[in-house]
Amino acid sequence: MRTGLILGALLAGLALAAAVLSAFWTPHDIARLAIAEKLLPPSPAHWFGTDHLGRDILSMAMRGAQTSMVVALVAVAIGMGLGVPLGLLAAAHRDRWPDDLVMRGNDLVFAFPSLVIAILITAVFGPSAVNAIIAIGIFNIPVFARVTRGAALPIWTLDYIRAAQVAGKGRALISLQHVLPNIASLLIVQATIQFSLGILAEAGLSYVGLGAQPPTPSWGRMLAEAQTMVTLTPHVAVIPGLCIVLTVLGLNLLGDGLRDALDPRLRVLR
Amino acid sequence: MLRYLLRRMIVMGASLLAASVVIFSVVELVPGDPASFMLGTGAQPETLAALRQQMGLDDPLPLRYAAWLGAILQGDFGTSFTYKTPVAPMIGERLQVSLPLAVLALVLAVALALPMGLHAAAQRGRVGDGLAMGAAHLGIALPNFWLAMLLVLVFAVHLRWLPAGGFPGWSDPLAALRSLILPAIALALPQAAILARVLRSSLVETMGQDYIRTARAKGLSRGQTLRRHALRNALIPVLTILGMQFSFLLAGAIIIENVFYLPGLGRMIFQAITQRDLIVVQSAVLVLVAAVIAVTFLVDLAYAAVDPRLRRA
Repeated sequence: MRTGLILGALLAGLALAAAVLSAFWTPHDIARLAIAEKLLPPSPAHWFGTDHLGRDILSMAMRGAQTSMVVALVAVAIGMGLGVPLGLLAAAHRDRWPDDLVMRGNDLVFAFPSLVIAILITAVFGPSAVNAIIAIGIFNIPVFARVTRGAALPIWTLDYIRAAQVAGKGRALISLQHVLPNIASLLIVQATIQFSLGILAEAGLSYVGLGAQPPTPSWGRMLAEAQTMVTLTPHVAVIPGLCIVLTVLGLNLLGDGLRDALDPRLRVLR
Repeated sequence: MLRYLLRRMIVMGASLLAASVVIFSVVELVPGDPASFMLGTGAQPETLAALRQQMGLDDPLPLRYAAWLGAILQGDFGTSFTYKTPVAPMIGERLQVSLPLAVLALVLAVALALPMGLHAAAQRGRVGDGLAMGAAHLGIALPNFWLAMLLVLVFAVHLRWLPAGGFPGWSDPLAALRSLILPAIALALPQAAILARVLRSSLVETMGQDYIRTARAKGLSRGQTLRRHALRNALIPVLTILGMQFSFLLAGAIIIENVFYLPGLGRMIFQAITQRDLIVVQSAVLVLVAAVIAVTFLVDLAYAAVDPRLRRA
């Protein structure tokens, strides 16, 4: 069991380290194009080879990790920042109009897959990494609202909440002081899951040109650029794909492991 | 049952209406004026004014929304800015690729996930379970478009079993189906992985119930109990995920169609975005969202079919 958590933390940690490191240093300068060195296979000078413009793929992948992580992280922050308060509000006013309003709003946003939101935003404002963040962030809001509400509802029936009410605390204060701390572990786990989904979504959006724009490196765009060369030089397409798979796998294993470690009651039956 | 059905239908209608308002408003935010876009920069002011009048662009916003929605309800989605042809037949033509693709992927995903989840639940805690769930973990992490590229590399380029892309049209059904196989697999595998995991944990939870112990006590084998008693009861969460997956499949198809150069709804949307053909984007998005809402409604009906207790609610 612990192996999953450790493996997940290692993989996710590696991706995070690459992302942070790339802000200060990459093995090669990715802004420098060297057409003479294009599509080189992996070698000691270029561990993962070079792409069609002669750029070092390892350096590109490191900066790609940064793009992915920033987009996914901010999107999770948007989802949590708006979704958790909405979920708490809904739970505090169970079956009254604030609850209904939040839940119906949720249903509405759920009908728009993140890609469709991105398409709408892009059609209006043009493609950019910021629009990808907004699209994935909007998609995250109902997810967090629903999870928060679902977890908070049973807590509102407990005796210590009754005691807090008798002591004269209002719904907002109770939500913050008593409900939120009790559902925090669940929210952390959900944040890990949404983070990994965000990385997949960012890759998909960049792949179709709705995400980060050139020259910002991103795993999805690296794959899009590699598509026509995949038959001749498979490494150009294999490396960014592996980066996505290993990062997402790591985050999912981390999420599962955290869930078991933080809250034994949520443990999936084995 | 009738009341349940009626309530679900009202909710569906309200969602559709709200979604149409959102989509209409977003496109209204776009700077620029479709009439001047259609005529180009060198248009005479009088011609422009006449076209604006003809397109109803001078009317107040709520009136334009009502006119737009009224036309759509009669099957008129408007005219494409770039192709100058009605949008509705364009969408209908593209759906002939996108819909079969999504359905094929869904069928494949279920066909893979059902035995996998059942096997893992039956082998719970043993090697078979570990292998199946390990594979599922990997499948969930696979971006479908990358999987698509690898599939093309192996099955189209090296083995030459299936076409690498393009669509020959339904006049030759076998060839059409052949060109949808790789895209459907690319869409289905990650979804099958999610489904198998949900099915397994739902089954494992159900297997802990008292009536399962009773079934076992009266002499049914573990496998028999699993198939006859647990599966049906474990289906509710699976149905929920299945409904959500259809919307992911539709959205995923938008990307996958671009990998395989399939002339579906997704390709049309991206072409329309580059050409700034907003009416096509607007209509296609509306169709996608309506499909998602309709599937949610169908899932609600399926709940009632699987679980009779819900019909009384």
